[in-house]
Amino acid sequence: MPAPIRLRELIRTIRTARTQAEEREMIQKECAAIRSSFREEDNTYRCRNVAKLLYMHMLGYPAHFGQLECLKLIASQKFTDKRIGYLGAMLLLDERQDVHLLMTNCIKNDLNHSTQYVQGLALCTLGCMGSSEMCRDLAGEVEKLLKTSNSYLRKKAALCAVHVIRKVPELMEMFLPATKNLLSEKNHGVLHTSVVLLTEMCERSPDMLAHFRKLVPQLVRILKNLIMSGYSPEHDVSGISDPFLQVRILRLLRILGKGDDDSSEAMNDILAQVATNTETSKNVGNAILYETVLTIMDIKSESGLRVLAINILGRFLLNNDKNIRYVALTSLLKTVQTDHNAVQRHRSTIVDCLKDLDVSIKRRAMELSFALVNGNNIRGMMKELLYFLDSCDPEFKADCASGVFLAAEKYAPSKRWHIDTIMRVLTTAGSYVRDDSVPNLIQLITNSVEMHAYTVQRLYKALLDDISQQPLVQVASWCIGEYGDLLVSGQCEEEEPIQVTEDEVLDVLEGLLVSNLSTPVTRGYALTAIMKLSTRFTSVNRIKKVVSIYGSSIDVELQQRAVEYNALFKKYDHMRPALLERMPIMEKTASNGPTEIVQTNGETEPSVVEAKHPPPVTQPTNQANDLLDLLGGNDVVPVIQNTVSTKPASAGGELLDLLGDLSLSGGTSPAPAPSVPTSQPSFFLDGLTSQPLFNDIAAAGIPPMTAYNKNGLKIDFTFERANPNPNIAVITIHASNSTEADMTDFVFQAAVPKTFQLQLLSPSSNVVPALNQGTVTQVIRVLNPQKQQLRMRIKLTYTHKGSAVQDLAEVNNFPPQSWQ
Amino acid sequence: MFMRFLLLFSRQGKLRLQKWFTPLTDREKKKVIRDMMMLVLARPARSCNFLQWRDLKIVYKRWYASLYFCAGLEDHDNELLALEVLHRYVELLDKYFGNVCELDIIFNFEKAYFILDEFLMEGEILETSKVAVGVSLEEADTLQETMEEYMSKPAY
Repeated sequence: MPAPIRLRELIRTIRTARTQAEEREMIQKECAAIRSSFREEDNTYRCRNVAKLLYMHMLGYPAHFGQLECLKLIASQKFTDKRIGYLGAMLLLDERQDVHLLMTNCIKNDLNHSTQYVQGLALCTLGCMGSSEMCRDLAGEVEKLLKTSNSYLRKKAALCAVHVIRKVPELMEMFLPATKNLLSEKNHGVLHTSVVLLTEMCERSPDMLAHFRKLVPQLVRILKNLIMSGYSPEHDVSGISDPFLQVRILRLLRILGKGDDDSSEAMNDILAQVATNTETSKNVGNAILYETVLTIMDIKSESGLRVLAINILGRFLLNNDKNIRYVALTSLLKTVQTDHNAVQRHRSTIVDCLKDLDVSIKRRAMELSFALVNGNNIRGMMKELLYFLDSCDPEFKADCASGVFLAAEKYAPSKRWHIDTIMRVLTTAGSYVRDDSVPNLIQLITNSVEMHAYTVQRLYKALLDDISQQPLVQVASWCIGEYGDLLVSGQCEEEEPIQVTEDEVLDVLEGLLVSNLSTPVTRGYALTAIMKLSTRFTSVNRIKKVVSIYGSSIDVELQQRAVEYNALFKKYDHMRPALLERMPIMEKTASNGPTEIVQTNGETEPSVVEAKHPPPVTQPTNQANDLLDLLGGNDVVPVIQNTVSTKPASAGGELLDLLGDLSLSGGTSPAPAPSVPTSQPSFFLDGLTSQPLFNDIAAAGIPPMTAYNKNGLKIDFTFERANPNPNIAVITIHASNSTEADMTDFVFQAAVPKTFQLQLLSPSSNVVPALNQGTVTQVIRVLNPQKQQLRMRIKLTYTHKGSAVQDLAEVNNFPPQSWQ
Repeated sequence: MFMRFLLLFSRQGKLRLQKWFTPLTDREKKKVIRDMMMLVLARPARSCNFLQWRDLKIVYKRWYASLYFCAGLEDHDNELLALEVLHRYVELLDKYFGNVCELDIIFNFEKAYFILDEFLMEGEILETSKVAVGVSLEEADTLQETMEEYMSKPAY
């Protein structure tokens, strides 16, 4: 058998292949030769063959048949064999193959080998792909080597220990004694790996963290020596001594100083020193500064130091190097919540970064800009952001549009500005806005009563220009349907009113219906708008014709609407005016942040509907109303008086008895509504990256209360506001039983004073399980139109341990928000 | 962890080195390699060296005309330092091979791995001194038997 070809020759040959097929052929031929060589158990050339196999593996070809051969190489006495064998093990084997466990014994032997380079190979391989079983078996050996005085082995053992800890965290304790004097080493390799080991231990265990806090002075000293020491050729990088070690120490200091005053104070000086003395002309200096800034921001540093850190970031922003600008933006993003004012100072630089050519930088700058928007800078910022929206790549448009909406909603200085801004977004990035922006905008427009004429006029003009952007078209058609009369009568005060006839308006709407650009949803909006105009315009016949045509539309949705509207013209014409009258002001169902806050900035606007400020509410509980179906598919629900059904029959005459003592005139008039909370810069960024922006927030307005707690039975009340009617409080009772026996046949009854109306829905069950294993819930709806102080008498009956129990109680401690 | 993986590939999409510091299946590895090549090779010339991919920060560096280094870092890692790490590895290669070029790495890939294993381990830096790494490599190389020695020693 001739000697197998050498590795380099094989590589050369394979590289001459001109096609993929040719290469594959060569590889297959060589693999066959290698396989037969393995079968012959040829020790001499095994190393060469495995090396070739590894090369072919890197090209992407299968090499699993070489796994066992790697093990044989590792077991060999020759260093060359071991080197290739261990490399092969790291490349071809992993913990998923059982074969790897066969290595354990070899590694164990090699860890005790007389040659440090063999020991090094073993440590390296164990630290690279050692499975948890292997780590458990060999941890003791690693620990031994961690205590050796040989620095070459010690540093490898330290990182191997890190791997062991990552794989088997319970073994962390056993390495603790060995860490005792790791930091007194002079060798930088050992120091660095020791710091890594300590960091890993501190990150995983709060006890370890507390234990190692005492190392802070030593770490500070080491860092100081590095900075102050003269030139050391061995560790120098562009004039800085061992930047890798410096950064690692800074990171460990960060972890040790976090949340701890004493440690933070001990490191204040060194941090200030590093921050001011580090050379910033090269990347390496900036890497250290970057780490320093991160550390300063994380620990309990004094405010002067924090300002210094943010200023460093500000300087980074002006750096020519893109990488540094990117890193600055990322860090500022992390600190903008906690040090908002300091970051604000760099706002103009940040906004300039919006114009950067680099995509990564633009994205960070956009996110940061949104985080910096507040009531004072909204106008300027919005101008820049809208300009950005115009010119940015499509990948940004959706996020940017959502951000603009959110910011406008929170900080709009005036209604007109708000509407103008939204219109600008819809016209420039209309196809990228999210679906819920249409109903949100409609709700906003409805609430700005005095702007109706202006809004409908602007929307109409936008429609004349362009009907391709669906969200814009949908909002526009809805508005024209509602306020078409204002449009035609030319009532606009804000700008020059345009002259438009009824026919022209209907032309536009009909144009939407037939246009290929309109989606079915848009068509639905247009048809409904036309229908609404039948009560606002005089040319009813034309509208009737349009509606009847669509009665035979292929689109089922459109057809249904048209048929119903037709019926409205024929049989139900008497109902038509009432049904199609102007929509009342709508309440917002769910939003991200306090919607009712409008910070006026100079301009005073008569705030029309902002009188009632219900706390943020949950989804509406009302039933689907047929009328609403007819009038369009908006998510927002108009305020309609919910007729509360009469009390259930079971709570018949008995309750009137309960009412006996409750005085009806009530107490004093309710206290004024709680003051509106001022807006805080909310956590914008959470929404901007991957989740939808308009998240619901839980109703946290009204605190729960305990209504009854006796004999082991506890009844808690939790509250919700029933939207749309704020006069209705929805109370859910939670009954729990802490005794050892169940309470069966549990019945809860309640009575309220005459000015209230009560509705009791059915309970979840009538057994309250023992030992708090479950609760019985039941919903009570209380209508309180006169906003009187809520009081209630409750009667509880249940069977407990064989005997019937009955109890009466008064509930007076309702929180004020539940009835105001 | 500092690095999750380190890849070296050519502009034509040929892998020259792959070091994984976390256990991944072959399939997952192939996916990462594909994605990295796609993302990095598509970057315009003068962009910044960082990008975001899944939950990792990717640091890449173009070296000479045709070779790319690509490392995946975790969220809390220092990207600027990662650039220094990549730079240091190139220096080590350069010192060992003497004016290193891509062909050196192709024909001596196993040595590239040996050098890497003296510099990084478990995704962390093992040795911060260039000199020390050079010395260990030299000494280990002398332990490698020449072919004659190899042939003349008795096989087990």
